[in-house]
Amino acid sequence: MDAKEIIARRVAQEVQPGMLVNLGIGLPSMVANFVPDDLHVFFQAENGVIGLGSRPPEGMEDRDLTDAGGGFVTAVPGAASIDSAMSFGLIRGGHLDMTVLGGLQVDEKGHLANWMVPGKMVPGMGGAMDLVAGAKRVVVAMVHTAKGNSKIVPECTLPLTAARRVSLIVTEMAVIEPTQAGLVLRERGPGVSVEDVQAATAARLIVQGDVPEMTLPA
Amino acid sequence: MKRAIRPEEAAEMIPEGAFLLIGGFMGVGTPHRLIDAIVARGVGGLTLVNNDTCRPGQGVGKLIDAGLVDKAIVSHIGLNPVTQKKMIAGEMQVELVPQGTLVERIRAGGVGLGGVLTPTGVGTLVEEGKQVLDIDGRKFLLEKPIRGDFALLDARQADYVGNLEYSLTAHNFNPIMALAADTVIAEPHHIMPVGVISPDAVKTPGVLVDYLLERAH
Repeated sequence: MDAKEIIARRVAQEVQPGMLVNLGIGLPSMVANFVPDDLHVFFQAENGVIGLGSRPPEGMEDRDLTDAGGGFVTAVPGAASIDSAMSFGLIRGGHLDMTVLGGLQVDEKGHLANWMVPGKMVPGMGGAMDLVAGAKRVVVAMVHTAKGNSKIVPECTLPLTAARRVSLIVTEMAVIEPTQAGLVLRERGPGVSVEDVQAATAARLIVQGDVPEMTLPA
Repeated sequence: MKRAIRPEEAAEMIPEGAFLLIGGFMGVGTPHRLIDAIVARGVGGLTLVNNDTCRPGQGVGKLIDAGLVDKAIVSHIGLNPVTQKKMIAGEMQVELVPQGTLVERIRAGGVGLGGVLTPTGVGTLVEEGKQVLDIDGRKFLLEKPIRGDFALLDARQADYVGNLEYSLTAHNFNPIMALAADTVIAEPHHIMPVGVISPDAVKTPGVLVDYLLERAH
């Protein structure tokens, strides 16, 4: 199992029955592949659909039905199309149960930076700032390190996405919960020790008792 | 009855330096024939409000390619390297606005509000230069309204009085922008007799729409 699949499978376990969930582009969007249909979850794409479905069959794409990355999608039974004010009203108004986003950095305060690298990459925040400010639960899904450097740092050096503390960080090496006291290591990745996690993490981790290994159902 | 106009007639109404609200999210729900006509006419100095700047050669990205846009007010430019290049070279100004804030600023402009108070952006670069208000112990940014000279909309269908119905994820900013400009031009995919669109299905009442683009031939 590669790192991204470990992360997507583990994040999928955070999804509870009946939730409204927004998945970011890239790695976070893989989470949908591991959420069982019988949970009756609705996925929101912030460009305007509640009830986002998988890719349409070849040749059946509708140019007016895409996800937030511009890719062609379908809509599930019970779906609703919405305008941007409704879409972000849901997000900001506390109606979105969970958002899963990628991250460039998360720090000991649980602050997320994921929208720009000054002088290098300025893609813009898109919907990320609203999602992090407004969703009931914010899950950061990202690989643990980038080019050998820890993405979990004492303090973000990149511009923040929000001043709010994120709810959970899931990487292929660890599940970490930001708390008032700091970053609590909740789970280890498959075959990874607590020492391995700390060695790969620039931020200080709080370890309480035995830290279990992630369970990833087949 | 609205008048159906040709794309070139619409483009001729838009003067140099105009402030344009254009519907669309990565080119979905964007009035493509209107954009082509504006590019063909080549009048520049425009301010563009859109969710993004699409991709080079697509949607509003064509306006950027043609060098017609002086300033873009958008939430995302990550998929358009031309925008990034022009921004870094100082040929074009880009104001990045969180998507939910952008739509609410436009809504405020359209519905007569003096601004909106949003928690989005508090404690980030977006806060810079803005008033922060404490409302019952919670911090909010005061974000000012946006209004344009023209709103250029895409719709699934219109009827003869200009009522508009939209399609799936092609709603996005269109119904909101319809209230926020002095002149509203809609590019419907179909134009139907009055009565075909049920009153319950009308998302933009025709009273807001000044011109319909005639059907493509």
